[in-house]
Amino acid sequence: MKDFNGPVLFLDRSDINTDEIIPARYLNEISREALKPYLMEDLKLPAFSPEALPGRRAVVSRRNFGCGSSREHAPWALEVNGIHIVVAVNFARIFRQNMFNCGMMAVELPENQIEEIFQAFSQKETLLETDLPRRRLTFSSQGKTLSYDFHLSDFDRRLLESGGWVEFAEKNY
Amino acid sequence: MGLTIAEKIFARHLLDTPDPEHRVLKLDRVFCHEITTPLAINDLAARGWDRVFDREKIKAVIDHVSPAKDGKTALQGKILRDWAGRQGIDFFDIGRNGVCHALFPEKGFVRPGQTIIMGDSHTCTYGAFGAFAAGVGTTDLEVGILKGVCAFRSPRTFKIEVTGKLAPGVFAKDLILRIISLVGTGGATDMIIEFTGEGIRRLTMEERMTLCNMAVEAGATSGIVAPDEETVGYLWPFIRDDWESPAQALEAYRGLHSDPDAVWEKTLAVDAGALEPLVTVGYKPDQVKTVRELEKTPVDQVYIGSCTNGRIGDLRAAAEVLKPEVGRGRKIAPRLRAIVSPATTLVFHQALKEGLLDIFMEAGFCVTNPTCGACLGMSNGILAEGEVCASTTNRNFQGRMGKGGMIHLMSPATAAATALEGFIVNSRLYRGREIEK
Repeated sequence: MKDFNGPVLFLDRSDINTDEIIPARYLNEISREALKPYLMEDLKLPAFSPEALPGRRAVVSRRNFGCGSSREHAPWALEVNGIHIVVAVNFARIFRQNMFNCGMMAVELPENQIEEIFQAFSQKETLLETDLPRRRLTFSSQGKTLSYDFHLSDFDRRLLESGGWVEFAEKNY
Repeated sequence: MGLTIAEKIFARHLLDTPDPEHRVLKLDRVFCHEITTPLAINDLAARGWDRVFDREKIKAVIDHVSPAKDGKTALQGKILRDWAGRQGIDFFDIGRNGVCHALFPEKGFVRPGQTIIMGDSHTCTYGAFGAFAAGVGTTDLEVGILKGVCAFRSPRTFKIEVTGKLAPGVFAKDLILRIISLVGTGGATDMIIEFTGEGIRRLTMEERMTLCNMAVEAGATSGIVAPDEETVGYLWPFIRDDWESPAQALEAYRGLHSDPDAVWEKTLAVDAGALEPLVTVGYKPDQVKTVRELEKTPVDQVYIGSCTNGRIGDLRAAAEVLKPEVGRGRKIAPRLRAIVSPATTLVFHQALKEGLLDIFMEAGFCVTNPTCGACLGMSNGILAEGEVCASTTNRNFQGRMGKGGMIHLMSPATAAATALEGFIVNSRLYRGREIEK
């Protein structure tokens, strides 16, 4: 199973689309690794620069994360940069499914909790700890700690444990 | 309790219920293009599973960069071409290809009641035929190719009832832009939008495809329209051996229609008759204003094409605006360039025979081969930093047609009128002039 812990990158906007995560001009690549330098190259946010990416292991954002194109290059670009978990209010369907299909996590938390996380941590270096058996996310920074329970369906859990949809489907269908 | 059309399709294709939230469905069609499929092909080969679940149910096309623009896109085409040859899959290479969501319906591969996936978000287009059609990523595509199955959350349906009739100069594109602005970019996430009502019954299959095509911009898994006489009329050349008469086909398809007591997750009513030409502003497809509000906004490029609006009816609507002006010797605005990209080889050929390409060329349009190219900023009409495009495509995301570029989405008629003036303008002005003459 992949690692879902580490330093958090905050993206303070709704509707972050897959063109912003990985622009179409790089879709001519046929290896996941080749996408690594281009993650979020076109993303324009006041407090964001791609230089903030190295070392990040988790993303926290707002509503409708990953909307737009079906390109799995978006989760892959995150994956090859060491980011295996995105936490948001909700996700575009295809992006969310792509994450779990790759053995990665797209975790939904209610809007008020996401707001609380942004208020408490978005200006600080923050660590995320994921307790999968207890279904609990813990954010911590400079002595401040907040924990949140999350929902994970049985199917999504089995995708994570299998390592992805290809492995799951080969075994079950 | 009654069922929606989507629930009926799910029930007929159900293979497994891995948990209460999810359904694994058997697939009738898996469509493939050269951008998202090669990684699936290579991964299957690497795992030693270089095979397909049913070669008759898989179709492949080169469309995103057509013809190839460089070594990398040539390799993507080659991987797809070699695989299709090896597996005996129907393959549509350049010269007989087209933008996937225009090509596959044109070939008669889409039928009411089917389950369809493709590694492309605008796969929802096929819902126009009463199919459940969903865009998926490469892993879903890979499993689809190998096993003929795909997992979805249980279907919840958003019913959008359209009344009234579109006024002259107002098109299906204006209708879907208004719907997206009302629903919001995430307002239909994990839902299937069923477009219903007399306003939908009046629409041609091409118009229904434009509508369903952009359902994903409201977050929907699929758009869907119940099959009716119009659907059967379009499909008849492909299904005539399956049924004794169109009436018999229609009767069978009626079984798919949503029951009167079906349960809807959400509902929305829209009066098509009250609409006027619309255009997007900003970088999200739900940010919509009337053309009147945006009139005189200058643009650098006009683009007519794509899986949304590159079909013959779209080209006719644009040419109708241009024709009287071209007849007076008028051309597109001097500092603007305009591109028309017929969505398929057949559309290109038909437009040629009808004299539409003459009109576009006399107006000063660049006519390109069928391709997705410019819509997603891969080829054939990419914008430079700071440029603005009036486009009949489906996404106005920042930089989508080229880094630093901006897009205003609109109907083909509005795009054609905009090409003449050099700024956003209502195509009805030109219709008015034609009537005066």
